Amino acid sequence: MMDFAPALADSSAQQTKIRVRDLDFYYDGFHALTEITVDVHSNAVTAFIGPSGCGKSTFLRCFNRMNDLIPGTRVKGTVLLDGADVYAPGVDPVDLRRRVGMIFQQPNPFPMSIYDNVAYGPRLHGMKRKSQLDEVVRESLERANLWKEVKDILGRNGLSLSGGQQQRLCIARVLAVQPEVLLMDEPCSAIDPTSVQKIEDLMAELKDGYTIIIVTHNMQQAARVSDYTAFFLQEEAGAAARLVEFDKTGNLFTSPKDKRTEDYITGRFG
Amino acid sequence: MGSTVDLKRLTNTLALGALWLAALSTVAVLGTLILYVVVKGVGALSLEFIFTAPHGVRAEGGIGPTIVATVYVTGLAMLIVTPVAVLAAVYLAEYATQGRLVRAIRFAADSLASVPSIVMGLFGFALFVEAMHLGFSMLSAALALSFLMLPIVMRTTEEAIRAVPKYIRWGSYGLGATKWQTVRRTVLPAATPRIITGVILATGRAVGETAVVIYTMGTSINLPVSPLDSGRSMTTHLYILATEGINLQTAYGTALLLMVMILSFNLAARLIVRKNRRIQG
Repeated sequence: MMDFAPALADSSAQQTKIRVRDLDFYYDGFHALTEITVDVHSNAVTAFIGPSGCGKSTFLRCFNRMNDLIPGTRVKGTVLLDGADVYAPGVDPVDLRRRVGMIFQQPNPFPMSIYDNVAYGPRLHGMKRKSQLDEVVRESLERANLWKEVKDILGRNGLSLSGGQQQRLCIARVLAVQPEVLLMDEPCSAIDPTSVQKIEDLMAELKDGYTIIIVTHNMQQAARVSDYTAFFLQEEAGAAARLVEFDKTGNLFTSPKDKRTEDYITGRFG
Repeated sequence: MGSTVDLKRLTNTLALGALWLAALSTVAVLGTLILYVVVKGVGALSLEFIFTAPHGVRAEGGIGPTIVATVYVTGLAMLIVTPVAVLAAVYLAEYATQGRLVRAIRFAADSLASVPSIVMGLFGFALFVEAMHLGFSMLSAALALSFLMLPIVMRTTEEAIRAVPKYIRWGSYGLGATKWQTVRRTVLPAATPRIITGVILATGRAVGETAVVIYTMGTSINLPVSPLDSGRSMTTHLYILATEGINLQTAYGTALLLMVMILSFNLAARLIVRKNRRIQG
């Protein structure tokens, strides 16, 4: 078992936001992830890469306990957010998800107006005043680089937007609840290339204020947007996936320490 | 060789013809029926027919009070059944642990849907008219009709809720919504068009119901005002006019009006479904 935290100790001008120790994950009888230990830094983009089915999305959903919604799943080990275990008894996943927002692979606006989509989160958490909501909606859409395109059509159904706009709407919707961490689960895999560019630019802008983790099957994207990269691999069918290597993105892509990482990034499998 | 190919081709043509005929006959039956009722009934239709009460021994004049009674009772039944059915469906689809109990509830609902309506009428009579002393009334009939509508609305609502994509729920949970918040603010609004469709279809069924209302709302022709008033539905009116051979012209006029009402319910349901499909792309 490898521990990647000390290896990066020298480079931690940034603070560790999430600390994962010895995490194992099970779907019913299936052991999906084993012995994952990793530190995620704040104000940076961390990319999870690996072949499909290597558990990177599953791992991502451990950070906001989205896996709790899938019956029969079980977690072992600890996930510390600012030092506090998110799986400790007494932690309400509902509160956690407010701090750890999530963007999904499929843009999933609610079937309601653009305005109501963005105001959804603040309203859940009790914001009622129209002027306050207006302000949050505008700010969130601005930060998601969508305001200019939608400011005159806020009453239109969110589903009437293009795929890329829908994804930015979903980002605005998450920003509106002021999370600390943004989890992005292959956010660009279902949208057109021009929109991909916009979302990548957006990530670069947002990382100053947030801790961003992105799962991507696209290595070029990981290389472009991330500061740190983690490579996951399920070595044989039916076995639990492991974290093979974790490093600064530059190091991992130019001088991988592990043979398997090298094979993967040079396209020998996966 | 050639003859085998010919035989195959012939079989194919025959099979296609049979399928086509079968499909056509469905349409033909409906078409003939509508045509027949229109031809026989259209002569009776007039504003007077719709707005005035029957009079004389041959029940001439209009059928106004029966239209009011029919609309009154189905509207009341709809108000009673919708909240109960929707809440039950939310429980079944979202909260109940899927297992033997839920399967039993679903089976009960399906069985309830297949209870013969005359039995439901008798039961409604025993329970509401007699035991609960509601008498022959709009309320008794609405309650009995709601039993008939309940499984339809409940099952369509349950399916509507299940049809709301998982990733839309995830979006809500991901923002820190509780389960109830997710159900109320996202799932139910997204399912509403299909729920309305279910309610409309069930209402159409209730409008055309005869056996249940004969036993629960009575047969006297009066204009119902309070829920405890008795009345005569259009179907009952039609039944009495036709079986006793009092006035066939009026009977067909009533039949035509009933069919128009029910067909427009079905059309409305279809329209809502289609409009909704367009929005969801």
